[in-house]
Amino acid sequence: MDKDGAVYSVELENVTKIFDESTVAMKNVSLKVKKGEFFSILGPSGCGKTTTLRIIGGFETPNEGTVRIDGRRVNNLPPNRRPVNMVFQNYALFPHLSVFENIAFPLRLKKMTESEIREKVEYMVELVKLKGQERKFPRQLSGGQKQRVALARALVNEPRVLLLDEPLSSLDAKLRQYMLMELDRIHDEVGITFIYVTHDQAEAMSVSDEIAVMNNGVIEQVGTPPEIYESPANTFVAGFIGETNFFVGKVVDVSSEYLKVETRFGILTCYKDKEAKIGDTVEFMIRPEKVYVTKNYPPQNMNFLRGKVDQLIYLGSHTKYYIMVENTLIRSIKQHTRYWMDESTISWDDEVYVWWNPDDSYLIKVTGG
Amino acid sequence: MTVIVLIFLYAPIMFLVIFSFNSSVTGANWMGFTLKWYGELFLRSPDIWEGFKNSLIVAVFSSLTATFIGTMAAIGIHWYKPSFRRYINFNIYAPLIIPDILMGVSMLMLFVSMRIRLSLFTIYLAHTTFSLSYVVLVVLARLENFDSSLLEAAMDLGASEFQTVRRVIIPMALPGIIASFLLSFTLSIDDFIITFFVAGPGSTTLPLRIFSMIRFGLSPVVNALSTILVGGAILLTLLGRKFLKYILAGEG
Repeated sequence: MDKDGAVYSVELENVTKIFDESTVAMKNVSLKVKKGEFFSILGPSGCGKTTTLRIIGGFETPNEGTVRIDGRRVNNLPPNRRPVNMVFQNYALFPHLSVFENIAFPLRLKKMTESEIREKVEYMVELVKLKGQERKFPRQLSGGQKQRVALARALVNEPRVLLLDEPLSSLDAKLRQYMLMELDRIHDEVGITFIYVTHDQAEAMSVSDEIAVMNNGVIEQVGTPPEIYESPANTFVAGFIGETNFFVGKVVDVSSEYLKVETRFGILTCYKDKEAKIGDTVEFMIRPEKVYVTKNYPPQNMNFLRGKVDQLIYLGSHTKYYIMVENTLIRSIKQHTRYWMDESTISWDDEVYVWWNPDDSYLIKVTGG
Repeated sequence: MTVIVLIFLYAPIMFLVIFSFNSSVTGANWMGFTLKWYGELFLRSPDIWEGFKNSLIVAVFSSLTATFIGTMAAIGIHWYKPSFRRYINFNIYAPLIIPDILMGVSMLMLFVSMRIRLSLFTIYLAHTTFSLSYVVLVVLARLENFDSSLLEAAMDLGASEFQTVRRVIIPMALPGIIASFLLSFTLSIDDFIITFFVAGPGSTTLPLRIFSMIRFGLSPVVNALSTILVGGAILLTLLGRKFLKYILAGEG
């Protein structure tokens, strides 16, 4: 609870945005972002995540619904009067201004004194680790440095919320990982709300307190990274976040904790995460890292299938197996601990058992039948 | 090939420069070196200097006006992207393709029908009009290169529309604005056809003065004047290049 009483930093209530008859960017989107959170909006391109961010920033006006920042309705406030700042995808640094002047830009608009400006800019330069680069122009900077300038410039105004629109998408993989950690550090230091838009689930998982998964202009699920990964709300979320194995079938038996499901692979047992009765159609999933691949017969009470190793991808820290079972590939990931001593016995085209503990599966959907 | 092209381009000018030092009055043969035409030009040709002064006044004011109005127009067209932009575009391009003689005649008709006395002021209006198209074109081309997220960034950081124009758009478009000013200046200072129609008594510009001098036969004084103009133009070009480099240095 803040001094002005609002719990949420940003609230969207039934926001709909239609660009023209054929393009509905957001359908009835409701979101609540807590103060100080690192909140990500995750989704494939064209899902409406950038539009959502632009609505919060004030660059688009919703056709319907309410936008609140710190409890105050801001639907009609232009971007220059909202207490939020944005880091643009292409940085949008002013090419005619030096690093120092880019960061000082919002302060000069506020007619601050030279000494105040100097002090604030220097603090920001320190925060984003750009010491010594102040006099350079944007074209003299690397991608990562431009990113830092954009961050400093957006933060120097001390906004209540920082909006980040795929800020790392134009950096190479290694730098992206590093900048992500930097973002996390800066978030901890400034303590304001960050709303981060990305299509990269690994990015979102690694830094977010909460993630909203969007698809086709709709929020599919909001939750912490483990919630979204372990208990996805639907097939889209399950498939979008990480790799997974889906099974569909009819319930043939129900016990207090488990369901027996008749699938095209035979009868499998799955954990009863939701209520279901005999005859219902259910969809459940098992994540690859919970699936074992062995030549030996699996232990008791495990779900198991027989198949043939179709692909085996050795990735150093782990190996990915793709096992062909009844014309379907089942994915498995094996983390290596003592590779030379225990492992590497499975090779291409081997006949293997694919098995998992029924407790590890997750029941996504039940359709009455 | 290049050499031939260069000869074609520069031979007439070379002749002009050489003959400005020729002591022959008719200029047909080389009669020996002299500086008397320069003396004549500087000491006994008040008409030429009057024309030069008029040309300068018109060029400075018309290009300043055109640059100001044209830049504002370009920013408006670019930023607000009105639905009738194509229509606006056509109207801006049109003066570039309409023959000068038509422009001249039409402006003369306009001024006469509005009972505006022909003077330096009408020349100024005419020059501002035709320079405008060039300014809008050049500045617009410069603005098209900008990412529109720069404007959004400025607004996001707290700038009003006016502040965005003043602190972001104009500084970024500055090389284009300066280039369009120089272009307008050049166009104005050597315009003959349009000026010819809209000039009134006592408002003779340098090109008009030269033309009237030539009518009474080739005067070596004109050669001397031309030599000075060519020299001045070369000097300005060199300075301009240095200056442009300096402006362009601040760009990304």
